[in-house]
Amino acid sequence: MGMKPSPFGTQIPYEEKDLKVVGTNPTARPDAVDKVTGKARYAADINVPGQLIGKVLRSPHAHARIKSIDTSAAEKLQGVKAVITCDDFPDMPVLHAAAGEMIVNFRDVTRTMMAREKALFDGHPVAAVAATSESIAKAALKLIKVDYEVLPHVIDVVEAMQPDAPLLNEEQFTKGVEPAPEKPSNIAARMTSKLGDIEEGFKNADLIVEREFNTKAAHQGYIEPHASLAIYTEGGNAEVWTSTQGHFLIRAQLAKVLEMDVSRVKVTPAELGGGFGGKNSIYLEPLAIVLSKNSGRPVKMVMTRDEVFRASGPTSGTNIIIKIGVTKDGRITAAQAILNYQSGCFPGSSLPLCTPTVFTRYDIENVLVIGNDVVCNRPKVAAYRAPGAPMIAFGVETVMDEIAEELKIDPIEIRLTNAAKEGTQTHFGPKLGPIGYIETLEAAKVHDHLKAPLEPNQGRGIATGFWATLGMETSATLNVNQDGTASFIYGTVDVAGGMRAAYSQIVAEELGIPFENVRAIQSDTSSLGFNFTTAGSRGTAAGSMAAVKASRDAITRMCEVAARIWEVEPDQVVWEDGHARPASANVGDFEPLSIAEIAMKAGFFGGTIAGHAEINVTGGGPGFGTHLIDVEVDRETGAVKVLRYTIIQDAGKAVFPEYVKAQFHGAAVQGIGMALNEEYIYDENGIMENPGFLDYRVPVASDVPYIDTQIVEVPNPNHPYGIRGVGEVPIIPPLAAISNAIYDAVGIRMRDHPMSPPKVLAALDEAAPAAAAE
Amino acid sequence: MTEMRYEAPTTLDDAVALLADSKGSTTVLAGGTDVLVQIHMDLIEPDLIVDIKNIKELTAIKKEKGGYRFGAAVSGVELMDHEDFCQTWPGVMDGVKLIGSIQVKGRASVGGNVCNASPAADSVPALIAAGATATIVGPKGKREIPVEEIATGPGQTSLKDGELVVSFFLPNSPAGSGGAYQRFTPRTEMDIAVVGVGINLTLGDDGVCSAAKVALGAVAEKVLVVEEAAAALVGTQVDEAALDNLAAAASAACRPIDDKRGTKEYRIKVAGVLARRVALIALERAQGGQK
Ligand SMILES: Cc1cc2nc3c(=O)[nH]c(=O)nc-3n(C[C@H](O)[C@H](O)[C@H](O)COP(=O)(O)OP(=O)(O)OC[C@H]3O[C@@H](n4cnc5c(N)ncnc54)[C@H](O)[C@@H]3O)c2cc1C
Repeated sequence: MGMKPSPFGTQIPYEEKDLKVVGTNPTARPDAVDKVTGKARYAADINVPGQLIGKVLRSPHAHARIKSIDTSAAEKLQGVKAVITCDDFPDMPVLHAAAGEMIVNFRDVTRTMMAREKALFDGHPVAAVAATSESIAKAALKLIKVDYEVLPHVIDVVEAMQPDAPLLNEEQFTKGVEPAPEKPSNIAARMTSKLGDIEEGFKNADLIVEREFNTKAAHQGYIEPHASLAIYTEGGNAEVWTSTQGHFLIRAQLAKVLEMDVSRVKVTPAELGGGFGGKNSIYLEPLAIVLSKNSGRPVKMVMTRDEVFRASGPTSGTNIIIKIGVTKDGRITAAQAILNYQSGCFPGSSLPLCTPTVFTRYDIENVLVIGNDVVCNRPKVAAYRAPGAPMIAFGVETVMDEIAEELKIDPIEIRLTNAAKEGTQTHFGPKLGPIGYIETLEAAKVHDHLKAPLEPNQGRGIATGFWATLGMETSATLNVNQDGTASFIYGTVDVAGGMRAAYSQIVAEELGIPFENVRAIQSDTSSLGFNFTTAGSRGTAAGSMAAVKASRDAITRMCEVAARIWEVEPDQVVWEDGHARPASANVGDFEPLSIAEIAMKAGFFGGTIAGHAEINVTGGGPGFGTHLIDVEVDRETGAVKVLRYTIIQDAGKAVFPEYVKAQFHGAAVQGIGMALNEEYIYDENGIMENPGFLDYRVPVASDVPYIDTQIVEVPNPNHPYGIRGVGEVPIIPPLAAISNAIYDAVGIRMRDHPMSPPKVLAALDEAAPAAAAE
Repeated sequence: MTEMRYEAPTTLDDAVALLADSKGSTTVLAGGTDVLVQIHMDLIEPDLIVDIKNIKELTAIKKEKGGYRFGAAVSGVELMDHEDFCQTWPGVMDGVKLIGSIQVKGRASVGGNVCNASPAADSVPALIAAGATATIVGPKGKREIPVEEIATGPGQTSLKDGELVVSFFLPNSPAGSGGAYQRFTPRTEMDIAVVGVGINLTLGDDGVCSAAKVALGAVAEKVLVVEEAAAALVGTQVDEAALDNLAAAASAACRPIDDKRGTKEYRIKVAGVLARRVALIALERAQGGQK
């Protein structure tokens, strides 16, 4: 979403066929043993002889003009080999490019990785050092003198929108407003999405519900902190090992901000310890390269958890107003959303991505969505799994719940009444193709979850979610080895979702060989052409399209080799069950040739066999899901306990069902954490107060119940196996589902996030006198 | 750059000598589950670390005349594995068991929990409610003080230069006694108490409460001993009215701060709620003959 699909894209129609490998759960997960035994190499595990340790000096102020930086004392400290500031990087003009699901502006990218005129948030890098040990590097940081002029700051999105709010950028005038404003503003841009006639729609409503919601910024919470190792050589080439979801994007960004040729930068993605959208931007990489360039030594940099929280992108905190009008029988006549999103210190929140999702579960004639992209003194936001959508669903799906209650309609029924289906006109442009939303709702209706009895103070909630699937540039090479095994070199990153296993399954299915005979190997940027990053649920969906293309390409080559051996025409050879066979009895009486036999002889008969794909995938299948949840509320402490959780989602086709379920589980757990406790907390000086897992409370295992899952399969017609993206949809419903369940349990509507014990208790106390009076 | 020095003495005298002679900043190391975190976060930069885990007196658990004594460096898991201790002091163990995860408890000691002087330390209210005392040695010899006199504020203790806690002593309580500790945290585990309550009480043959001690964690700069809350129980059968008075007294005693972990109002309210819940567990244990 957000990015326009290419008219020259690749789609391969869905074909129903008997499957041997796809749809099974191979027990030999390719990455499992190395991960469990600690042998998998993450970026922080990579060391080279002679490396220095790099450390970053960060702003202790939320907003300050940098008047001067004196690095002389640090440079003199023994063991310090390089000290850099923004003066070591070229300034960048305004220039936009896609980074993951979000759009970046290089003027701001270079200012995010190293502050220039101003420090714009607590944790903003202002200088970096490389030294022979970590303790020397840390000591050197203390010797750098920065003269700050502290400026008034603004943290909250609604406050930042006020006309008298402290301005982050005096040159910023709101885009998308007519007539163009004359006064600068923290509102960087206004975006509007419209369908039909909103006023008319509300006129036709029998009931209109309008509610305001506030959500706090939440971090992706990946366990692996950002880490990079860079070597800059005398010859002017840079090599980087880093923790990323998209090494080609990192290379592109590095080449830009360092003014290097793309060909001179090589990026190798290490095993990834989670990213969830947060590892599509350069943070440490450019600093490590320049420190290496200036010191002549390799430089390794690893963020502390504190740095990860303070300075890598969380998702936006938001202020959202949802207004929905319905007829007496529950038909939505009009729906409107106002979305005020923090983008952090520079423009570019996830609004362009999430505005299309606002009402795209329902077939509505009249829609108006207005989004405001607002800067404030926080780290620049990054994508976070279905960027921006969970907060919207928090609003829309709780308003739907309220409407259902008011009209005495079952919450699943009211969704079915309005459900989007094939042919539904979306408010962001296209009509929907075949989708499985109704199927997930129908499955929910008859699910055993609904039969579980509820005790006092327990309640049940339901909410639904939608997210599109990205395609984009995807390259891969399939090498058929001399022994008949296959090496599939992929250019997306396995973001720990199991893509390498899914690719191996697809290749095994296509070639007709066992799963164990295929090994999927992560590429670096030099072994393949450009790949877009692993974002937008595209990993398996788009990557498998390249796997199909490369496999079929290799099969064509293998059939050619067989034809040469048999001295027949290539079109007289077919590929079946891992063997080349004569297309018919007329071709001749030849024993089928196995992949191993062909591979062994291929050298003589034309050369090594490889298959390629260099495509732009389009036709991604949108995903829909329905979540059911039961909670128990402790009326005396406000604690909310999740008792039961069920996820029903359309995966199109689950290639490796256990991994698909793991995506559902992981997203729901992140959603539960976000719903109940996760939030960025700032003090009155704009300093983040909880930059660690003790006080930034992601859920622990015992906070989460068994999560039941049901995979619905409505094939995506544009994919040969019918695959849809699955990773993002399941983080969208939890906030709303939990809020609805809390209401069902104790009769309070939580519209302020997180629904933490103090907030729930305060809401209960507020409701108590009112209830007593009734 | 000066390097950090690490020493692991095997006798108390050596430990005291090391601590007393040190010129720069010195840190005692027990399990290190606070110390290592503080070093990593650059909160402390010790020149000398004195590891006390190799000293006999600090690592023993033993029954003595009049009570139980355990070394300050005994790990949580060692206490959990000691069946008789667990049966005798379920309230103290409520607190110990809540410290971190199994992995953390494999190293974390009660001495460290007490001397780290966090107002939210989980074993401390339970120890205080149980009437525990601490044996301290230093350059000037030995002294014995109630546990509530060790922490004086967040990260601050009454220990003098060169002193360390050797062991804790839990005096036998009369028949009909029971103790319990509970905390409130937003997460089920691996979290820091927003409020913690430790209560020990003793019932007479008539079922009337004859003695009680109530300690509240995380609601002030240090763990509070709340006499009024104890008084609310003494002379009653720990009935509804007594529990209401207990809750009110517990809430009234709180003087918390608003912070990232909870608002003032919230802590005050939940202190009362928890006091009531903990008293009921202590009551049940007292009635069941457990202490
Ligand atoms: C992941 C994690 C979770 C945690 N969860 C909890 C929790 O739920 N509840 C809780 O209360 N705590 C928790 N903690 C904090 C910590 O584990 C406890 O405070 C623990 O009891 C400290 O014991 P230790 O032996 O590791 O102390 P150390 O880290 O070795 O020492 C702590 C402090 O006490 C001093 N000290 C230690 N022993 C002595 C002594 N004998 N005499 C004088 N000074 C001494 C040290 O110098 C230091 O200042 C957690 C820590 C971690 C890392």
